[in-house]
Amino acid sequence: MDDVTGNFDLVLSAFWLTIQLAVISGLASLVLGTLLAAMRVGPVAVLRRTAGVYVNVVRNTPLLIIFIFVFIAIPNIGYLTQTPFLLKGVIALTFYTSAFVCEALRSGINAVPLGQAEAARAIGLTFGQNMTNVVLPQAFRAVVPPMASVLIALTKNTSVAAAFGLLEATARMRGFTNNNADDRLLIFAVFALGYIIVVEAISLSAIGLERRWKAAR
Amino acid sequence: MSNVLFDTPGPRTIARHRLYTVVASLALLAVVAGLLWILFEAGELEYDLWEFAVTPSFLGVLGGGTLTTLSQAAAAIALATVFGVVFGVGKLSDRAWVRWPCWLVVEFFRAVPLLLLIVFVYFAYGIGEGGIGAYWSLVIGLLLYNGAVVAEILRAGVLAVPRGQSEAAYALGMRKTQVMSIIQLPQAVKIMLPALISQFVVALKDTSLGFYVVAPGLTYVGRQVWTEFGNQFQVATVLAAIYIVLNLILSGIATLLQRRLVGETSPLDLTRVGNMQGGENTGGGVGTT
Repeated sequence: MDDVTGNFDLVLSAFWLTIQLAVISGLASLVLGTLLAAMRVGPVAVLRRTAGVYVNVVRNTPLLIIFIFVFIAIPNIGYLTQTPFLLKGVIALTFYTSAFVCEALRSGINAVPLGQAEAARAIGLTFGQNMTNVVLPQAFRAVVPPMASVLIALTKNTSVAAAFGLLEATARMRGFTNNNADDRLLIFAVFALGYIIVVEAISLSAIGLERRWKAAR
Repeated sequence: MSNVLFDTPGPRTIARHRLYTVVASLALLAVVAGLLWILFEAGELEYDLWEFAVTPSFLGVLGGGTLTTLSQAAAAIALATVFGVVFGVGKLSDRAWVRWPCWLVVEFFRAVPLLLLIVFVYFAYGIGEGGIGAYWSLVIGLLLYNGAVVAEILRAGVLAVPRGQSEAAYALGMRKTQVMSIIQLPQAVKIMLPALISQFVVALKDTSLGFYVVAPGLTYVGRQVWTEFGNQFQVATVLAAIYIVLNLILSGIATLLQRRLVGETSPLDLTRVGNMQGGENTGGGVGTT
């Protein structure tokens, strides 16, 4: 255990990398996922179907295979060879997570009853007013719980990067257990606790947001 | 077609949408053509590199890998069901000293990344003399994570059985164990089945994590093929295709069962479950659009 307490900065830096991966790819997948969701619920059939195919293909592909593409297969063709590992990890995670973000957003929009938009139109609100005052506020509320679980899953999924040479928390745990076989249970507990803290932080802030945005009904 | 976001389009809007359709199709075609051109330029579309996918001996190897992967997922889900029944029923117990430890175990394995579990099991108990090996390390990791999720599915399933059922059973004079085992669990299984199959899809995808501990299965076979021929891109494409086809078949079965057993809408909404699928385990299967 001395090895871990003595090198606790290594543990912290590993989790810092995990958090960096999660935050950057979280933001990127929110952007890409929103674009996809807009295509998915929009009026143009071609875009709707394209987004649908993207979502179904990506959701059924294991994240590890996507990592193999980004870290092994595409560099082998001659692209992404000079890209830093962190960026490659972000690309793979974003590619995967945006499909789930798209689905969460779509289910949020579908949760708004049609009567709401019709009533807003009937009293003469423009499209913009309708969106900003009626539809989107309700959709956001419905989106918070599924979005939180998407982000939690993303945080846990950053561990896959360990298999491709990124020294984040899971890879660091492997290093520690290799060197200190006797303390492996304690080491596992330390790293598990680290992940639990990050995951709980996300889920508590989601509960907070939900409570804050709760509409009186 | 009118929905929350826009009205039924009139003639001018329809004309505008037609323009968008043409522009979008052209853009998509350009992207696809560009990607194919890049692959063609790099010589990645040559028959030699794809030959392994149509050669019988390699097909046998790939099929063997697929079977191993399926057996890992099946073993994990079968064991996870046992784990899930024990801890899911435990979480529903009236006694606090049973409920809390079960809650703790389930929450722990749901919050910890699956790969961390697998790595821990492998390096702590898998390697060396008398170790359980990579195959079982992967299965045990999958069992612990999916077991926690199944426990949660089971709890939601039992709670989704109408209260009148258990009240009627109590009124007939049944004991708590009888009510659970004769009345609630059999009905819960029906509600749970589609969600369980969706979880099988998740487990199947997660078997690919065995790559890190060099467990046998599709990714292992894939690595062997590409070290021999140096065709990483082609192998990855074929592996992805195998996984996608398997998952789509399973999701189709889940949707079918959902319609048969539960009806169009599922009473099981597990969006709070932070699983690897990203909380889309609503019991409807993956292919619901």
